[in-house]
Amino acid sequence: MALSNICGADPAWECGSFEAPTPELFGVDYIQGKTAISALNCGEYNVGLSLPTLDAHQKIVQSLLEAPSTDLQLQQGAEHTKTANPRNLFLHGTTTLSFKFQGGVMVAVDSRASSGQQISSQTVNKVIPISKYLLGTMAGGAADCTYWMRVLNRQCRMYELRNRERITVSAASKLLSNMLYGYKGSGISIGSMIAGYDKRGPGLYVIDNDGMRVAGNCFSIGSGSPYAFGVLDTEYRWDLTDKEAYELARRAIYHATMRDPYSGGNVSVYHIKETGWVKIETQDVSDLFYKDRGIPVTA
Amino acid sequence: MNPFSYNGGVCVAMKGDKCVAIASDHRLGAGRLTVGTDFPKVFEMGPALYLGLPGLTSDSLTVVNKLKFRVNLYELSENRKIKPHSFKAMLEHFLYEKRFGGYFIAPVIAGLDPDTDEPFVTAMDMLGAGETNEPFAVAGTAEESLLGLCEALWEPNLKPDDLFETISQVILNAVDFDCLAGAGATVHVIEKDKVTTRTIKTRMD
Repeated sequence: MALSNICGADPAWECGSFEAPTPELFGVDYIQGKTAISALNCGEYNVGLSLPTLDAHQKIVQSLLEAPSTDLQLQQGAEHTKTANPRNLFLHGTTTLSFKFQGGVMVAVDSRASSGQQISSQTVNKVIPISKYLLGTMAGGAADCTYWMRVLNRQCRMYELRNRERITVSAASKLLSNMLYGYKGSGISIGSMIAGYDKRGPGLYVIDNDGMRVAGNCFSIGSGSPYAFGVLDTEYRWDLTDKEAYELARRAIYHATMRDPYSGGNVSVYHIKETGWVKIETQDVSDLFYKDRGIPVTA
Repeated sequence: MNPFSYNGGVCVAMKGDKCVAIASDHRLGAGRLTVGTDFPKVFEMGPALYLGLPGLTSDSLTVVNKLKFRVNLYELSENRKIKPHSFKAMLEHFLYEKRFGGYFIAPVIAGLDPDTDEPFVTAMDMLGAGETNEPFAVAGTAEESLLGLCEALWEPNLKPDDLFETISQVILNAVDFDCLAGAGATVHVIEKDKVTTRTIKTRMD
């Protein structure tokens, strides 16, 4: 209590008027104020590609975005108002890319998380396995991405159990984009690629928080994407060999991390084949830089 | 966009035992684009007098030129080299002249007094308000990290080699946690009649 006062937290949160988005999804009792609500509401997020209902929590997210200056926040100075705004949280800069080719789908990402100009981590995993045949990439708000990828993960598993059949990339991506469309305008920040292999062959979709969903052969998302596209567009061909594809994916991310201040850390490369996804490599871009120049890597 | 972080970059200076060190990173950005990785922000203003100018690069270059002009004029009329204290006063005066539309820079001065060899280090804001009693001075986009690292690593009476090691660790580790600074660093260690300039490697992403 005292700690949260020092941190400049809104006292309203203590009273329990804050509601996490769709706590029903976890299927556990959620403590709200002093009353425990036990609600496993499967109907709201069933696999029928339905829209979620919007209610009070939208208002809360909205109020966070507008960052109202309460007396407490004014006393604590503007810094705390800033951190309360979800748009300023974690992982805004990123470079992720994915492309389909003769051998399946390549996915490559950097690993930097930043809040503002501060680097929060150089070792973030921005590729989330949804199933053995499906991968999702993270760009945008870290919390939003991890949360909604978890939801998607559950949804896809439920689909498999109900239908005794693997979910297609198309259906999985539509599931996510439909959920996100329901939260349009409430400040969620996600730019994701859903890549995988299904009965129709390789699949690749781009999803964003506005509900956009586009299929294609070659995508890049994030602050470093213009630089990644520069490499990708010049070298990309459908009949790339597996080795060439790994090299291209790595090089596109590497060059993006060099030019984009908000991308960096490691390059991770994944390959999705008919048999499922495999992680090809993770390499420190600093090592790549100095090896390129034949300079021995110290430190 | 904030002019202080448009180009990015940091500078740090430290006092040692009869020596001072000043270091800056090499990155030059333009908003969300890194345009150069060979741009140190420390400028020589005299034999044992260096000026670090992180901030808006166009203003940094303007200030260096205008200041060099004033220093030359001063040294001609006084017929002696300028002392770090006088240089600081000159810079303060110069910056406050533009009180209502200043240069977007965060100067750091490091030098040795030509008579006493007393180390001198200071940082000031864009209008020339400085602090001279600290044993180290920091400025730029990773200012907070630099200050914390200085507080943690600096100790009194560092010899030139130890001072180099300390200031290198400070700038290296500060810059690795700042998106807008990095891409290598240059360190000058200033002694009585010797200045050692070294380039150090950092991460380039």
